[in-house]
Amino acid sequence: MAKSAPKSMDIRVDYVTRVEGHGNIVARVEDGQLVDCKLEVTESPRFFEAMLRGRSWKDAMFLTTRICGICACGHGTASLKATEDAMGLTLSEQTLRLRKIVLHAEQLQSHWLHIYFLVAPDFFGVPSVIPLAATHTDVVLRAMRLKKLANYVCEVLVGRHVHPISMVPGGYMKLPSVAALRDLRRHVADHEPDVWATVDLFATLKMPEFSRETEYESLRDPSEYAFYGGDLVTSDGARAKPKDYKNIIHESIVQHSSAKHVKNKRESLMVGALARFNNNSKQLHPKAKEAAAKLGLAAPNFNTFHNNTAKVVESVHCFYETLRLMDELLAAGIKDEKPPLEWPKGKKGWGVGLTEVPRGTLVHNYEYDSGGVVTGANLVIPTNQNLANIEADFRAYVPQLIKEGRNQQEVAHALEMLVRAYDPCISCSTHLVRVEFK
Amino acid sequence: MAKPVLCIESLSCCEGCGLQILNCETDLLPIFAKADVGRFREGSDGDVDHYTIAFVEGSIVTPHDIERIQELRAKTDILVALGACATIGGVNLLKNFQDPDDVGKYVYGDKRTWFPHIAARPLKAEVKVDVEIHGCPINPQEFLNVTKCLLMGKAYRQPNYPVCVPCKLADNVCLWHKGVPCLGIVTRAGCEPYMCPSAGHKCIGCRGLVDKPNTQAAKDVMAEFGLTVDDVLREFRLFQGIYDEVSKA
Repeated sequence: MAKSAPKSMDIRVDYVTRVEGHGNIVARVEDGQLVDCKLEVTESPRFFEAMLRGRSWKDAMFLTTRICGICACGHGTASLKATEDAMGLTLSEQTLRLRKIVLHAEQLQSHWLHIYFLVAPDFFGVPSVIPLAATHTDVVLRAMRLKKLANYVCEVLVGRHVHPISMVPGGYMKLPSVAALRDLRRHVADHEPDVWATVDLFATLKMPEFSRETEYESLRDPSEYAFYGGDLVTSDGARAKPKDYKNIIHESIVQHSSAKHVKNKRESLMVGALARFNNNSKQLHPKAKEAAAKLGLAAPNFNTFHNNTAKVVESVHCFYETLRLMDELLAAGIKDEKPPLEWPKGKKGWGVGLTEVPRGTLVHNYEYDSGGVVTGANLVIPTNQNLANIEADFRAYVPQLIKEGRNQQEVAHALEMLVRAYDPCISCSTHLVRVEFK
Repeated sequence: MAKPVLCIESLSCCEGCGLQILNCETDLLPIFAKADVGRFREGSDGDVDHYTIAFVEGSIVTPHDIERIQELRAKTDILVALGACATIGGVNLLKNFQDPDDVGKYVYGDKRTWFPHIAARPLKAEVKVDVEIHGCPINPQEFLNVTKCLLMGKAYRQPNYPVCVPCKLADNVCLWHKGVPCLGIVTRAGCEPYMCPSAGHKCIGCRGLVDKPNTQAAKDVMAEFGLTVDDVLREFRLFQGIYDEVSKA
């Protein structure tokens, strides 16, 4: 049923909906040929790196969590890691486990929010999740239950998810009691059927056909499927220690985007759930491997739309890892550890914190003076790293859509769905900085 | 009678207050039964020409933001400033204390002219704001309370006492007695049960000042603990850059 494709199209989607932040899609087709295709980022510049200058080591996290409401705990984690690196702190097993649980809970909250509230409406043919509350009540109630669960884990461990309170450099200002942790573990475990119902639901949704191989970047940790830390690696074989992240992440400024673009050796690279899955799927929890098999997802996969599917797989991984980490904490008991209250005397220099957040690899890099005051900062946000790749996908996808005989409206909608698959966090991404460290 | 139409919109911010609305979860369903969502870009497609109530998060940091808030004001009956960025300017005001050209240069280098910015400011600096929901982020419960009041045509009365009041009721040990400068002594309450001191951390003043803060008593406490003017300003400026102070510059 190939229709004859229109010769020219002027596509302009102002303020793509169901993404975080403000971005426009602009595409122009002349005589059946794509001549221009861009994702304009019109989010106001936010200047966090400049605002960090002059802030104390105790406040850096309380400022940088405000970069993003959705990944506040991820920004908090990367920020604390950068500060702790500069201070030369080593963390206890207890602190590490608590940090990882919070990070997993945030992946869960963000992944479930994305796949249910932002992505699913496209597959049900509705503008938002609201109409689904009437037609698919059980699905919407389940989505809300799961999201609430992930928020609740953060609430018990760090006060709240947006924006975490208790975690500070070196540890926690308040620790959960063993009784609270045991209750929490039981409450999390009760949601196992909802986690699998999510897998079953997404196994029935057919992602659009599309394939374009790119360079996949993520952290890699020999001991686990990397979220909290590890070296920076790519599917092209590049590898760097966290402090050498600039060997892989090369930033540039383009006029149509207040968020910087990033690449390594190729024209673009991709970060996020699919990149992590492609690079590290062998280390997934056995239950997550089971889910991947049910969803028909195998590594490597080059279909950007399967970033959605990879999120479902990761949600299973994070769920079971959360239970495992809670069991370890309960077995060890909660020790009354106190974080340091003073900056190490005379210590100065810079620190780097790399963490996998829901949308990919996040970099916080601060320079501190000898009194623990920030003098320079560089942040690399996952969405920035994906921007050039989104445009490279546009250039491959638009000709495919034209060939399939799609009309202008259908092409525009397909491109919106493609952007949404990246789950871009545009308000996060508009404050990247180039800083020369002295 | 036609249902009231809601709008949730963001200017320059982390969109965490919008997320806090979604975090009301099933408590939102009765609201959606009584009102239509005309615009919520972060969560839904679509837009309409008129809003009964518009909730706007974020600060104004570009000339374009001024146009957007003016257009929105013209289409809206009741404008609600949502969260610290919208009510008091929040963390965005930190950049106002640095040279604007240097701020641009630090982030965008020689390309800074591509991304113009103005002194960051709260919504009330440019348009009339009818209701304020404070906090960074907002307390979901307060959002529900305000929305229910507005839908029923009642006035919402926000708490006008400092964080010390609920903090004492929560049985927290005063952080000042642990040597930690806590801004709860002058900051508007209403954040409970997500009160920072209950999670072990000082109040960072994200809800702004109470209407008549007891500044004399606050000065005495700060002096007693040996804080300098610089120390105090650094604490306050994280959230309360006090727009009036910098707008004259």
